[in-house]
Order: sequence, then C-alpha cells, then structure tokens
Amino acid sequence: MSSTTENLSTDSILRMYRQMVRIRTFEDNANQLYLSAKMPGLTHMYSGEEAVAVGICEALTVKDKITSTHRGHGHCVAKGAEFKPMFCELLGREEGYCRGKGGSMHIADQSNGNLGANAIVGGSLGIATGAALSSKLRGTDEVAVCFFGDGATAQGLMYEVMNMAALWNLPVIYACENNGYSEYTKTEEIAAGSIVARAEAFGIESHQVDGQDVLAVNKLTQELVARARAGEGPFFLELMTYRYHGHHVGDINREYYRAKDEETEWKTNRDPIIRLRGYIIENGLASEAEIDAINEEVFKDAADAVAYALDAKYPDPSEVDMHVYTDVKHALA
Amino acid sequence: MRQITLSQAVNEALAEEMRRDETVFIIGEDVAEAGTPFKILSGLVEEFGTNRVIDTPISEPGFMGMGVGAAMTGMRPVVDLMFGDFIFLVMDQLCNQAAKTHYMSGGKLNVPMVLRTNLGATRRSAAQHSQSLHAIVAHIPGVKVALPSSAYEAKGLLKTAIRDDNPVVIFEDKLMYQDKAEVPEEEYCIPFGVANVKREGTDITLIGTSSMVQVCEAAAKLLEADGISAEVIDPRTIVPLDEKTLIESAKKTSRVIVVDEGHQSFGVTSEIASRINEKAFYYLDAPAVRMGAMDVPIPFSPALEDITVPTAEGVAEKARKLVRGELIHAA
Repeated sequence: MSSTTENLSTDSILRMYRQMVRIRTFEDNANQLYLSAKMPGLTHMYSGEEAVAVGICEALTVKDKITSTHRGHGHCVAKGAEFKPMFCELLGREEGYCRGKGGSMHIADQSNGNLGANAIVGGSLGIATGAALSSKLRGTDEVAVCFFGDGATAQGLMYEVMNMAALWNLPVIYACENNGYSEYTKTEEIAAGSIVARAEAFGIESHQVDGQDVLAVNKLTQELVARARAGEGPFFLELMTYRYHGHHVGDINREYYRAKDEETEWKTNRDPIIRLRGYIIENGLASEAEIDAINEEVFKDAADAVAYALDAKYPDPSEVDMHVYTDVKHALA
Repeated sequence: MRQITLSQAVNEALAEEMRRDETVFIIGEDVAEAGTPFKILSGLVEEFGTNRVIDTPISEPGFMGMGVGAAMTGMRPVVDLMFGDFIFLVMDQLCNQAAKTHYMSGGKLNVPMVLRTNLGATRRSAAQHSQSLHAIVAHIPGVKVALPSSAYEAKGLLKTAIRDDNPVVIFEDKLMYQDKAEVPEEEYCIPFGVANVKREGTDITLIGTSSMVQVCEAAAKLLEADGISAEVIDPRTIVPLDEKTLIESAKKTSRVIVVDEGHQSFGVTSEIASRINEKAFYYLDAPAVRMGAMDVPIPFSPALEDITVPTAEGVAEKARKLVRGELIHAA
C-alpha cells in the first residue's frame, strides 16, 4: 500500500480489516438471500467499495452523522450497525432497524449517527448539510459526512447545498464514491469536466483519493474531520472505487455497458480487502492464521444473523399505520 | 381586545417561540434584514441575530433539505418559502424526505420542522405566484397542513406547528397579511384537528378554509337576508381533519357546500365533500357540493382572475339553489 500509517495502531488497522470483511460478508449473504428468493425486492451491493465507507467512518465518532445511499449497507455496517437488525430489516422483519418499514434502501441506525439510506439519488445532500448546520447552531463539534455516488453529481441539489456549506463554513464532508458507473451508464458519459473542480469552484478544498486504499482514505479523512471540527469545513472527496456487482442484484447481464475483463482487473488487482491483508502480513501486524480467524468469525456471525432473521417474525399488520406521525399511534384509527 | 394584522401575528408567534426554545430558527430567502417581501419578519433578525434568522441563496430545494437535516438532528427549523408556488421546487425534500422519514425509520427519526408559505389568488400575480397548493401536500401521508383564516388562527396555529414533532406546512393567505383581527396579549396555541364553528345555522353548512372562511361568512349574511340560516365552519387544519365536527354539522343541516381556494378537481373540496357524502349520506337532502378555484392556471388580467375563485355572491347563489332542491341530479 502506498499510504503511511504512522498514526494508526495495529488495532485500528485490524479493525478496519474486520469491518471491510464484515461488509463484504454481509453483501455476499444478502446476494444469496436474493438469489434464493428469500429476500423481498431488490438490493444494491456495496462489494468492492468497502475501503470508502470503512476508511471514512473509522475517522468518525458515534456522534458524527452520516447520510447514506441506495447502495447503503456498507455505510451502515461501517458506522457501527449490527448484523441481526440489518438482516431483519432486509427481510422486512419486526426486529429490523426500521421495524421492516424501510428495507434495504432506507436502512437507518439513529443510535450510531446514521441518518439513513436514501433511495432518491442525491436526496440526502440537503439532509447531511442540514445536519452540519445543526451541529454549528447547537455549538457542537459534530461532523456530517454525506455519502453519494458519481451519479448524484448530476443533481442540482448538490450545487445548492455546497454553495451554502462553503458560504457558512459548515462541518460537512462530501464523499463522492465514484465507482465508474451511473446505474447502467459510464460516468464519463454523464459527467462533463472534472468532478472535484465543481466543488473547487465553490472554494471547497477537494481531494481525489484511491478509494481502494483504506489506509489512505482513513488518513486523509482523519485530517479533514479534525479541520472540519475546527471550523475549516466543508471538504469534498472524490473516492475512485468500483462496484463489483451490477447496479442492483438483478443486473446480471451487463456486458453491454461493462467488460468482464475490467471487473476481473479490479477484483484481482485492486481489491481493498486483499490489499490490506497483504499490508498486514508484510508488516507483521498479524499472521495469516489470525486473519483467517477474523474471517471465520465474521462468516459465522453473518450466518447466525441470517438464520436468526429468516426465523424472526414479521411486523403485525396493525403496524401499517403506525409511525406515520409521531403523536398518533394509529394514523387511520 | 387589541387588534393586530395577520403579518404581526405571525411575527409574534415566531418571536415568542424563538424566545421560548433556542432550537427554533428561521431559514429562507430574504428573511433577515429584508424581513421577506411581505415584511412579515421585520425586527426578528435584530432580536435573534443572523444565526437564527438565516438568509439563503435562491435555492429552495437546498435550504428545504437543510431544514430536514437540521430537524433530524435536534433543531426546529421554520423554513420560509416565499411563495406557495415554489413548493413544486421542494417536493422531493418535503414529500420523499421529510414526510417519510419517521415512518421509514420505524419511528426512530423525527422531522420537527415547519414550512411557512402562502396561497391565494387575486393579487394580480399571474399563474406562478397565485396558486393554492395545499391539497397536493395534504395528499402525502406524514405531513400536517394548517390553513389559518385570520390573524388569531395564524398565531395560534403557527405556535402549535413549531411545537409539533412532525413536518407541518402552514399556508397563509398572502392577501390577508394586512387584515386585522382580535388577538389576545396572553399566550395561546390552537390545537390541530379542531374545527371552529364560526357561526351556527340550521339550513345549510358552509365549510371554508383560509380566506374562504371570510367568503363563507359573507355568504351567510347574504343568505340571512333571504331567510336561510347558514352554519359556517373553519376546519383550521386539513391534516389532521376534524371530520367529526364536519359530519355532525352536515347531519344537522342536511346540505353542505365546501369552499376552498385550491383547484376544484382532486382537491380539498372533493375530499371533504366525498367524506360527507360517504358518512352522512342518509341525513343529506342533496349531495355535498364543491366550490374550488376554477381548473385553469390563474390568469393575470383582473377581468379573468376574479372569476377563477369563489366569491360570497357565488357561494350564496349556490346555497340558494341547494336549499331550493335545484342541485339534486336524478340518475
């Protein structure tokens, strides 16, 4: 790995490794649930992009806020969520993070500062910027990170809120996950010019980062978070990454927009988990056996959580009109 | 009792709530020194400073979305949307985000925000500054909708809206900002979902919203001269809707006209009339009748604009026909 790690303890690095494996494992299980027709609806896999969510969220505290996307399982895990309520949510069960009402595309974990995934592309840019405004107005040092994809850079809302964030020095970090594809279209076909230059036009300090290098992502984010807390925000990151699956789990035949060779190249030579594993071994931070033990533990956790969720109960039909309003138990009563 | 304008009433409600609760703040276009084009917010930035009365660029979806995010994280924003027509610009943030957040999160996240905006035609402002779009918002579960009909309601409903933990959209009639009404010096809030029977009557019920309450009251006076006793009811909020009071009145008088300044088709008048027809059917001498704005874009020319919205004479004429049994259509 290219990055230096002078400020990172072995524990932090191993924790980042574990978190990335947890995300990949969560997604592998979610994909199996879809393929075996056990999961209602569709889901969007984060596999391949783990270093982005983990590198960033490991630089945050539980009080810092994030907003997430339709491809949001990785952010949710990285911000501290547990497998059981996540799988329960994906399967529409009562014990899900949102009592089965949100599902994959709206999973939120308030207790860890995850304000929720958002199924409108770019829809959370205002929410994250508002959370940063709120942090400033309340006199806290909380930072908000807005995760969004390259596709969201085509939404006008992004430019409205970046303008205000820059005018008011808000503690927000815009994390653009550029995975090369806006749904089924190459990013170069939907984005004119440079993405970071758009943020720079507002006077926002911007960085393009290798999103497959978790240590580089984490190091830079730590610096920017500290500066955002000190009132130097906002910042913009373009994280160059790759989506291993299609736009969603049902997007199987994708040769018409993406070559198999390209996928193989990223999975083989740029995989964030393989790269960090190599770094850990080379630097003697853990043995092969210790890393395998981490993997096995995560696989077992996931298998247990899936089994638990498959047996968990669905919400009672009487829940259908609950939580429409905060002060009305049943909105249609 | 003292009389103040609707504009002053809104200003007082905001000032009182901002003094009471430091998480309340105002955000929108030209809300600070300008005090909005209607001068409703004059003086607030001087008292509360630019951190709590925040001028934004002309970026409605942007500051609306920021209001949602601030509301989700401990603040109580009052988002100022200069004209109700601009609500179309913020529909994603209002209807896909604010309205659904509490539900989608299984009750974990709240969005205690107020969107203050306006409605009303006959200001010669043409099609993009004259619409009454509250029905479109009321269609979306998760948002409450308040329609003050006077300075008294404007103050009491806004204070309740600010204290509510849900997203609330409050539509003020922009032609009523200088209208005065009795407003007590002492603090009060008006609960949501409680209709106000403005005038009791026995022959017909006139249900009016916002400035149409005045229209219904004027119509009731005209009808009185004809010996027709009209009851006038102001629902004050359409979400939640005090259906009980409306149905009871319909059962009592057996005839109903619903008057609202939104377009008639698929609107507030349709919804309320439909509920009355469903739930008071056997008590009615005629189907409940709708009177909304004409289903045309609001025209500029006064000669055209004035005929697009219900008037007291129009309501009275429709009421006479109802009472005479002329609006009962045989199958």
